[in-house]
Amino acid sequence: MTGLKGFFSSRWGPIATGVVVGVLAPILVKLGNPGNMGICAACFTRDIAGALGLHRAGVVQYIRPEIIGFVLGALVASLAAREFRPRTGSSPFIRFFLGMFAMIGALVFLGCPWRAYLRLSGGDWNAIPGIAGLVVGVLIGVVFLKMGFSLGRNRPAPKALGWAMPLLMVVFLAFLIFAPQFGRDAEGAATGPIFFSAKGPGAMYAPLLFSLAVGLLIGILAQRSRFCTIGAIRDLAILRDAYLFWGVVALIVAAAITNLALGQFKPGFADQPVAHTNTLWNFGGMVLAGLAFTLAGGCPGRQLFLSGEGDADAAVFVLGMLGGAFVAHTYSTASSPAGVGAFGPIMVVVGLVFCLVVGLTMRERRT
Amino acid sequence: MNDVTIVDARGLSCPAPAVAAKKAMKTQGSGRIEVLVDSGTAQDNVTRLAEGAGWKVTAEDLGGGGCKLTLEK
Repeated sequence: MTGLKGFFSSRWGPIATGVVVGVLAPILVKLGNPGNMGICAACFTRDIAGALGLHRAGVVQYIRPEIIGFVLGALVASLAAREFRPRTGSSPFIRFFLGMFAMIGALVFLGCPWRAYLRLSGGDWNAIPGIAGLVVGVLIGVVFLKMGFSLGRNRPAPKALGWAMPLLMVVFLAFLIFAPQFGRDAEGAATGPIFFSAKGPGAMYAPLLFSLAVGLLIGILAQRSRFCTIGAIRDLAILRDAYLFWGVVALIVAAAITNLALGQFKPGFADQPVAHTNTLWNFGGMVLAGLAFTLAGGCPGRQLFLSGEGDADAAVFVLGMLGGAFVAHTYSTASSPAGVGAFGPIMVVVGLVFCLVVGLTMRERRT
Repeated sequence: MNDVTIVDARGLSCPAPAVAAKKAMKTQGSGRIEVLVDSGTAQDNVTRLAEGAGWKVTAEDLGGGGCKLTLEK
């Protein structure tokens, strides 16, 4: 265990995690997941929101087992390493809105940071302005961090609080397997939710058990190595620490090689899967997402892993992401392959204003 | 030389524990710094940064997930 622990806290931990994600994500696409969307914490949480009936965009409704695996894998790893530590109290209400706006921004670009890197490695050059926006968003967050921004300290919490999020994931898994129908139409016949897309990206998925296993594996590896696609940029900027950065480089390289090997590397801007070509808002959406993730302390994957190891504030962030999916697909802020949504750009501006106010006003109280 | 700085980084989100420890190392230059952390992530990050900057790090388990990292140079 010491050797393994040493490996994961060495520079090889994030690199190994990045390679595993980079190889498995394109394989998930090969086995049925949407194009360049082997794994996407934002899209997949949005699909779960749709399945639950939080939005009625019929093409993006599915309970993604990868997300369930992320949380449960992190739970298992943190229990094994004696790092499962229920905690809360670091501005959960603000974190809800950070999660919401991060999701709204990500769905203007059409992908979380993980998918931005995966889109790049699949040859979707629209990811380049997205990643540029992500870097800018993170750097704005770094400025706030240097000015003393903090959402405050969390505190140890009763054990039960730490188990709530993993339990919710078990409920989601039961919904996925048994597909109960909670709705009733005018005639009283059973209908969704739970909704499952009949067409579109929500109807594209790899086999359940394989997706769940991949999620569990990545959850375990990422909990041990602290893999974070936002921390990769942030720590390089604020600490001159490339520990996490090399993990993201490994992800991109491994995914590009795997995509080439599987014949899934299709370079260009036009006709990319689940993507649009509006450079300004590919950039702008990710500025918002990058900033919101940075203020919340990590990328959406990291928030899911933290929620699995007992961090209830990260769990509230994830609930905020579900809320963001509701807003994005109900108030027409989400983009589609046809282009940006009617209220996408204005909502990005609203989100940026929110994040700037949070960044400028939240400070740790001296005790 | 005998200055001891105590950094309480318990309960702080990433990257605050590492940033606080780095600031203390930069301010003090040498001597002894005690960093209180309560997550494996913070412990790993502070340890890696301190060792990278030539500090000797010893960890003392405080129970309940807490840990005192003593940095010496």
